[in-house]
Formats: sequence, structure tokens, C-alpha cells
Amino acid sequence: MAFRALLVTALAVVITFLFLPVVAIFVDVGLGPLVSSIGDPVAVDALRLSLVTTGISLAIVLIFGTPAAWFLARREFRGRAALLTVIELPLILPPAAAGIGLLAALGPAGLLGDELDAFGIVLPLSTAGVVVALTFVSSPFFIRQAEAAFGSLDESLLAASRTLGASEARTFARIAIPVALPALGTGAALAWGRALGEFGATLMFAGSFRGVTQTAPLAIYEQFSTDFTAALALSAVLVALSGAILLSVKLLTAR
Amino acid sequence: MIRTRGPVALICLVVLLVGACGGDSNGKPAVRVSAAASLKKAFESYGKSFDAAQASFSFAGSDQLGAQIKAGVHPDVFAAANTKLPDQLHADGLVERPVAFATNTLVIAVPASGAQKVRSLGDLARPGVKIAAGSATVPVGSYARKVLAGLPRDQGHDILANIRSNEPDVAGVVGKVSQGAADAGFVYVTDVKAAGGRLRSVPIPTSLQPTVVYGAAVVKGGKHPDQAAQFVDGLTTGAGRNALQAAGFGPPPR
Repeated sequence: MAFRALLVTALAVVITFLFLPVVAIFVDVGLGPLVSSIGDPVAVDALRLSLVTTGISLAIVLIFGTPAAWFLARREFRGRAALLTVIELPLILPPAAAGIGLLAALGPAGLLGDELDAFGIVLPLSTAGVVVALTFVSSPFFIRQAEAAFGSLDESLLAASRTLGASEARTFARIAIPVALPALGTGAALAWGRALGEFGATLMFAGSFRGVTQTAPLAIYEQFSTDFTAALALSAVLVALSGAILLSVKLLTAR
Repeated sequence: MIRTRGPVALICLVVLLVGACGGDSNGKPAVRVSAAASLKKAFESYGKSFDAAQASFSFAGSDQLGAQIKAGVHPDVFAAANTKLPDQLHADGLVERPVAFATNTLVIAVPASGAQKVRSLGDLARPGVKIAAGSATVPVGSYARKVLAGLPRDQGHDILANIRSNEPDVAGVVGKVSQGAADAGFVYVTDVKAAGGRLRSVPIPTSLQPTVVYGAAVVKGGKHPDQAAQFVDGLTTGAGRNALQAAGFGPPPR
């Protein structure tokens, strides 16, 4: 009995701790002021920019990440495990370290600064810089998932495709991707969610300017000092979006 | 066995967590100081020589720290890069009477090396110059906008249009300029000094120079009001004043 009571207490603590901040966003000032703050022009600009930049970033992650994950999953080569670790590193890298790293690599004074400059490419303080930061932090979420999915494909299915004379490219496009689609969708949703919440790397690498580099999380931070309700309203929108992402992941994996 | 061990472990964990929030190992009380980002070097040096307590710092934009106090956070001391924020908090009954403890000078920071795109305030208005500034709500950003408001309208407008990032605190401006991401930024003269050779300062004409006065106050509801008061006193009379002076801050207005 004592153990059971302990379990119940622990669960109650966990639920309260995790749920309270999320609930507080919606009830602290009430839904009325929240809804009327959503139309705030700063918030609208920030949400629009967030949707555009995370959308572009996700497209880049899918286009490069899917074939890369296939290669990692279907080839045996020396250093494969080390390579996977490097790819996964941004998952746990502090965003501030990511931001400094991007500046040191792609900033005007960075490793590739002169090369980028020669092509007239300027990333810091630009929308393109936001996309770079989002892509950097979110791509491992997709690649890891896709690699695992491609690695656990039914071998007999792939063998059958080969026996029937299909090239690897055809097998990849016609068999592997359709079969792995739910897992790929999960990875894409997780990557999108991470990009949507990105703060530190974006602020350090791309700065914060309304309509150009100020994504929703950056706008929440800026509005916190002047308009707590507006900051809450924008947070509420992000909570709803994150919830929708999580729900779609659950639905995809439940199939 | 498990039946008794589980709850005991849980209690130990809770005690540990609560214990970690108390004083530090050498028995001195911990005074928590929320301070403007521009005070970082001076306050860290002051903190080392502050005997009455172990000072721990949270540096950020003054507006962010003020908003935290309004939202119910109780550090022991609040030190801002203006007098407006502590005065407002005092009027709201959240902090004791503030004292002005230092002054500073706004300058234009440019990278010490590389192409010198900006040599004067007027250069900031040239097309293609990228400027980093504080956001309008953080003191360093509002001072910069005051300077621009004092310029002829077209010039002020052109410079404002060249601002490409509104950073949450002066540390962000320093970072953008020293990395070359921005060609110039509005910072305090003390920031250029603290950057140790990475930045050069371009002066702002005296006629346009805003009055930059720093204010500090003991926060009501803090854990160690006596040590907090000692910390604030030391800013104008003791080791704090020396540390501020060494960092390039001016004396408070008389």
C-alpha cells in the first residue's frame, strides 16, 4: 500500500509540475485578453516569419536529409558510427553554442566568411540566417528518425524489388519512402517543432528585427518586458502548434 | 525493505533540492543581484571584494530584469542602466528608494579591424551600413533613439532605417559588432573598454549625448535586505565605486 501511495504521489507531482506552466499560459490573464492580443501586429509579423522560415528550413531538411539518411542506413563503411554521432550532436548542443559556431563558421569574420562574401551572401541579420540556424538545430531530429526507419525496412521487400530489376534509386523512391512514410512524417514533425521553438541560435546568429529575423520565440522575449499579455498570447499560439505537432506524431506512430 | 527505503529516498531528494537553494558552502549568505548587462565586468570585480555576502549575478537587459521583478521574482538588488525603471518599481512599491550610482557615455562601437565603414555619426546614415542597437525598451536602445531624435529629421530617419537588429541587451550589440555581423552599434563607452581591443569607439557629439544615469535599489521581499543594502551602499562609497571607476563609469550626478 505504501508503495502504491508513493507511485500515486510521484505521478501527481510529475503531472502538476509539467502541466501547470502550460495551463498558466491560458488562464493567467484569461482567454479574452489573450484572444484580443493575438491580433497584435508584432505577433502577427513574428508568426508569419516563423511559419515561412520553419517551412523553408523543413523543405531543406527533407531534400538533403532523406537521401543522406538512406545512405547512412544502407551502407556499411568505416566511421559510420562516428558520423552518426556528429550528425546527432546538434540535438543536445546548447543553442548558444550553436549560434556562436554558426557565426564562427559563416559570419563575416568566420571560416567561410570571405567565400560567402565573394558570392555576395550575407547570412547574419538576414532571414536566410534564420533559416540556416533553424536547419542546423532541427535537421538531426529528422535524419535520425529517417535513418532508423530505412535501417529497419523489411529486407525481403527490398530484395524482391532488386530481383525484379529495379535500380536502387527506384527502390528508394518507390518502395523505401512509401513504406517508411509514417516514420519520416514523425521525424519531419519533430524537426518542425524544434525549429518553431528555436531561440538562442537564431538570436546570436541572425539577430532580432521585426519582420526580418524576429521569429515568434524572439518576439515573446522582447514583449515580455513591455506587454506580458501579448507575450502570453504568442506563447499560447506556440503551445497550440506544438500540441498539434505532438498529436500528429502520435497518430502517425500509432498506425 | 523497499517499502521503507522508497519514501526515505524521496524525502532525502526533496531535502537536497531545498538545501541547494539556501546559502553557500562557506556560510556567507548569498545576495542575488539582477543587473544591467553593461555592469557585468564592474560588478563581477566588485563582487569579489564584497565581504558581507557571496554576491551572485544575473545580467540581462534592465527592462527584462524589471519585468521579472514585476512578475514576482525577488532578487536582493536591482541595478539598471537608467533611473526610470527603478523609479517605476519604487512607485509600484516593489523596491526600496533607488540611488543613482554611476553615469555612462553612449558611443558608436565599430570593429577594431577590417574595413572602417563608419568613422562618424553621419556615416551611419549611408546606404548599406548595418547597425545593431538595443531594442526600444532596453535602456541602451532607448538612449540610441534619443540621439537619433536630436538629429535633422532625414538623417535620423536614414540611420533608423539602417538598424538591422534590435538586441535584447547591450551584450548582443557588442557580439554582433565584434563578429562583424553589424558594421556599427550603439553601446556604452564601458563596453568598448571591456571588449579589450576588439572594438573601437566613435564618439557621439556632446550636444546629442543623452544623460545616462544608473540606478540601483534593494528589492522588497528579498532574502537578505541588510546585505543587499550594504551592496548598494558600496556602489557609491566603497569597493563598488572603485570597480565602477576602473571599468570606465563616471561618478553619479550630484
